Amino acid sequence: MTDNHESEEHASDTSIENKKRRRFLTGITAGFGAIGGGFAVTPFVLSMSPSERAKNAGAPVEYDYSRIQEGQMIKVEWRGKPVVLLKRSADMIAGLEKIESNLADPDSLVSLQPSYAQNQARADSNKPNLLVMLGVCTHLGCSPVEKLALGPDPEMGEDSQGGFFCPCHGSKFDLSGRVYKNVPATSNMEIPPYKYEGDLIKIGEDEGRLA
Amino acid sequence: MAIHRHDNHVSANAFMEWIDRRLPVTKVWNEHLAEYWAAKNLNFWYFFGSLSLLVLVIQILTGIFLTMHYKPDAALAFASVEYIMRDVPWGWLVRYLHSTGASAFFVVVYLHMFRGVIYGSHREPRELVWLIGCVIFVALMAEAFMGYLLPWGNMSYWGAQVIISLFEVIPFVGPELTEWIRGDFVISDSTLNRFFAFHVILLPLILIVLVFLHLVALHQVGSNNPDGIDIFENVDENGKPLDGVGFHPYYVVKDLVGVCGFLIVYLGVVFFAPDLGGILLEKDNFAPANSLQTPPDIVPLWYFTPYYSILRASTESLLFVFAIGSGLGGIAAMVFTKYDIKIKIAIALVAAAFVFIFLNSSGKAWGVILMGSALVCFFLLPWLDRSPVLSIRYRSMPFKIALAIFLVAFFVLGYLGMNSPTPMRTLVAQICTVIYFAFFALMPWFTSIGETKPVPDRVTYDEH
Ligand code: HEM
Ligand code: FES
Repeated sequence: MTDNHESEEHASDTSIENKKRRRFLTGITAGFGAIGGGFAVTPFVLSMSPSERAKNAGAPVEYDYSRIQEGQMIKVEWRGKPVVLLKRSADMIAGLEKIESNLADPDSLVSLQPSYAQNQARADSNKPNLLVMLGVCTHLGCSPVEKLALGPDPEMGEDSQGGFFCPCHGSKFDLSGRVYKNVPATSNMEIPPYKYEGDLIKIGEDEGRLA
Repeated sequence: MAIHRHDNHVSANAFMEWIDRRLPVTKVWNEHLAEYWAAKNLNFWYFFGSLSLLVLVIQILTGIFLTMHYKPDAALAFASVEYIMRDVPWGWLVRYLHSTGASAFFVVVYLHMFRGVIYGSHREPRELVWLIGCVIFVALMAEAFMGYLLPWGNMSYWGAQVIISLFEVIPFVGPELTEWIRGDFVISDSTLNRFFAFHVILLPLILIVLVFLHLVALHQVGSNNPDGIDIFENVDENGKPLDGVGFHPYYVVKDLVGVCGFLIVYLGVVFFAPDLGGILLEKDNFAPANSLQTPPDIVPLWYFTPYYSILRASTESLLFVFAIGSGLGGIAAMVFTKYDIKIKIAIALVAAAFVFIFLNSSGKAWGVILMGSALVCFFLLPWLDRSPVLSIRYRSMPFKIALAIFLVAFFVLGYLGMNSPTPMRTLVAQICTVIYFAFFALMPWFTSIGETKPVPDRVTYDEH
């Protein structure tokens, strides 16, 4: 009873000093509560990040490129993404020059590629005909459709020299994966690190080579 | 607007009295049904609120039964849906009710929102009803989007790929954020699993809470009506509006007529055209997810296509038009308004900044921003609309014309979004995108000009 009586007295004590103290204590308690809440939420938020298993699934893949005919394209899967292997003909390579004025980043200055692929063919200069490229549109990640025929195409336009057309939002790329101007995507498709070992091409590994 | 409430609710019998002392059943029944006064002239446009509720219930019930057979696993999901369709007794019906229900949900919600716009239901005092409605709309889109991944068809896979990649354009944290959303570096089993959790638990809970708040907010201020007038300005001695009738039984019965009409159409589609020629269930989704091959004619489901078109239309030439638009807007504000010179200079600087930003940024980020802004516009509607009257019956000509043009643009965007882009179609989509945003940007202007018709004191109602 006395306890109750006392607390009632406190409750009715409205001096400014006491109010301030109460507000301070309430504030600091709420503040610590919020910090605790933040800590409590963290494990749940982090549990949604890529798991260890997902992180370890990135091994390089190999492919025997001598099996690809000239003018032929195949797709292999690397880290769950499509990689385009395209052996371009001389005509296809010649076409790269012709449409250069239609491109947004012809010299691949703002695009992603290893330094050995930062050229017109966007390929290792030892085998410039072979395009090794992530077939992933730099807009929102669809896989563009190949348009290997040179010449007019309803989607690629009148002066097409072949290329890739993204069905999702209509981005256009040339046969080096370089993006056209005035389409939703704004950079060229990415070239992954790769190296040659005999007849094999190894995608996902270049031992840090620069050329 | 003031709703008169009283506290002398009379319990029907001794049993109800016992209950009412412990749980306010009679009070709630009266306040929200028997004595919830709604104008007596509500027309068919007012069906779509209760129909939205009906579809919500249908989706939750059919969803529970689908969950009994569906497997949220990338290796099993596609086959488990085929299993539901072929082997589970009546499984095909449950699934078609659910997949058609998703589209029906958007049909009724779009009509429900349109009703709000034409009768001024988003205006004071119903701003919060509208805002909560807008949040419901966004939550519904998230719910539909996540549900669409679950069958793990090829369209599901690539649709999710595109939409999740939207977050990549957010500066600095974008790439990490998308990994966090996917739970992997690509769309995978982890993505499917978490979308399942969100689709069957989180978002339904959020939707139910939001719908509850929507109705609490509505019942705080009362329903609007096709004349857009406040029925509480003419009340009898008990505080009951002269033009009001109790929601129960009058509108319960009337809404049941709406339910019948709805069920005829809805079940007609379920039984006779469950994929409606590829509009409700897309043909590419009858093939399992393939991470190497985007479907050649990839499009989202119809209810997303207007926004999808806006996303696709955002290329450099559109930004150029926007730059010109902000430039002209700035000049117009300088020349035609009577603001203080300091404010004018501020406006000019902001306009110049926008011109600069539009000319120097990439279409990619803007596609995402514009698509988001297209939704944000709806949230701003209560404050963009300056018309002195609420209902379209009494509004001025400029508003009606603008609304008609907007509707056309909205439908054209929706249509274009269902088809593959060609240069011509992209151009049309860009024009419609400009119209879409101009409708909202110019609304304060065109709702305040032109002559409105005189609003009657009492609702228009034909005896029958
Ligand atoms: C799950 C979705 C929804 C459900 C279940 C729902 C339910 C309802 C119901 C039962 C009513 C009262 C009946 C009627 O006036 O038609 C209502 C009124 C209203 N709703 Fe919704 N609604 C939903 C979504 C939305 C959305 C997306 C918006 C707008 C963005 C919205 C805006 C309004 C407005 C403004 C009213 C008041 C209408 C008036 O009094 O004239 N609702 N809603
Ligand atoms: S994902 Fe390729 S254009 Fe959008």
